[in-house]
Amino acid sequence: MSEPMRETELLHETSEALPNAEETATTEITEADEREAARDATHWAKAVSRLEVNEVPEGATGINVAGKRLASPIQGFGKMWQKTYQARLPKSQVSATDLIETWKTHFTDFWPDGNNFYAPLSGVAPGEVALIEGTLPGKLKLSTGVMVLYADDESFTLMTPQGHVFAGWITFSATEQGDDTVAQAQVLMRASDPIFELGLVMGGHKQEDMIWDETLRNVAAHFDIHDIDVDTAVVCVDKKRQWRRWTNVWHSAAIRSTFYMLNAPFRAMAGMFRRKERKGRTSAS
Amino acid sequence: MTEATATFNVRREGSAGLVDIKGDVTAGSETVLMNAYDEVSDAKAIVLNFEGLSYMNSGGIGLLVTLLVRANRQSQQLLAFGLSDHYRQIFELTRLDEAIGIHDDEQAALQAAGVH
Repeated sequence: MSEPMRETELLHETSEALPNAEETATTEITEADEREAARDATHWAKAVSRLEVNEVPEGATGINVAGKRLASPIQGFGKMWQKTYQARLPKSQVSATDLIETWKTHFTDFWPDGNNFYAPLSGVAPGEVALIEGTLPGKLKLSTGVMVLYADDESFTLMTPQGHVFAGWITFSATEQGDDTVAQAQVLMRASDPIFELGLVMGGHKQEDMIWDETLRNVAAHFDIHDIDVDTAVVCVDKKRQWRRWTNVWHSAAIRSTFYMLNAPFRAMAGMFRRKERKGRTSAS
Repeated sequence: MTEATATFNVRREGSAGLVDIKGDVTAGSETVLMNAYDEVSDAKAIVLNFEGLSYMNSGGIGLLVTLLVRANRQSQQLLAFGLSDHYRQIFELTRLDEAIGIHDDEQAALQAAGVH
């Protein structure tokens, strides 16, 4: 007799406790959902169909970025590569979050000499656009850029626009492993068009390896860590070239930058005429 | 190597292999995702169920590109359903939607995959 009684008591206890438990569960779910939504909203760039460049810093042209769409490795032409560059730094000297915070803040300073990276004025934050003025073999100028696709405390990702040397993204991250903080740059890419594919084969890949090797060394040097080893791992994810994407050459930043450079005298002349015309109008009035 | 924070459960519906994704998809999910894919690598189509997805970072998006390459190599269709509005936008932003068919629910995805 006592057993069923106990069951009834338990049922009562449960039914009395249920509304509160439900309430707590609902509150927890809502809070968790809100936390997730906030995480999503702050870490990812907002959807854009075409890139906008709000301010062009002195020394940059801003061409080949404004109005362009982003291009993932799916939209690229060449073989798909995943390149991973890693450097191990003592955790006692730098934590993963400090490393990423510093990398975001000083990204321009860590960029190797010879190419100019114009970080967004508001820093490396999701949705911001950075401009790049580089030099190609043969001293050809290359004006391009990247958009910050994603950024959190331990990583950030830059994605390339149409016409960039490659279609894809670069993720910079830091993780703590044992006594080390591992700084990493990982590129997932396809050459954008046949000309860039040829360029990568003819030394472009090597040049890129040097860029990220030097960048990691500069990051380490910032924390007074020198003589580090940079490990490079290259994986060909897809050895097939996407021949139907050869038309990407239309957007080529190299070709467009060259035309822009060749047009410079004509632009200067046009500017001179405009200024003269304006002056004439002002003096007449 | 970062730890896996997601589970990928595999089931079959006719000639399609379904992968139910649960948790946070990051670069650390690579091994578990690829193991899940291996289990259904002979399927005609791979359908990813994102209903249980909590979070995905850019490393997770990178994994999907790698998965897409593997699926293309096997002449398999890659489809997805159960994406929240936010992740639909991320697929559009990264232009993954041009290669991965996005559907509202499982039935629509299976129908697109030609599974009845």
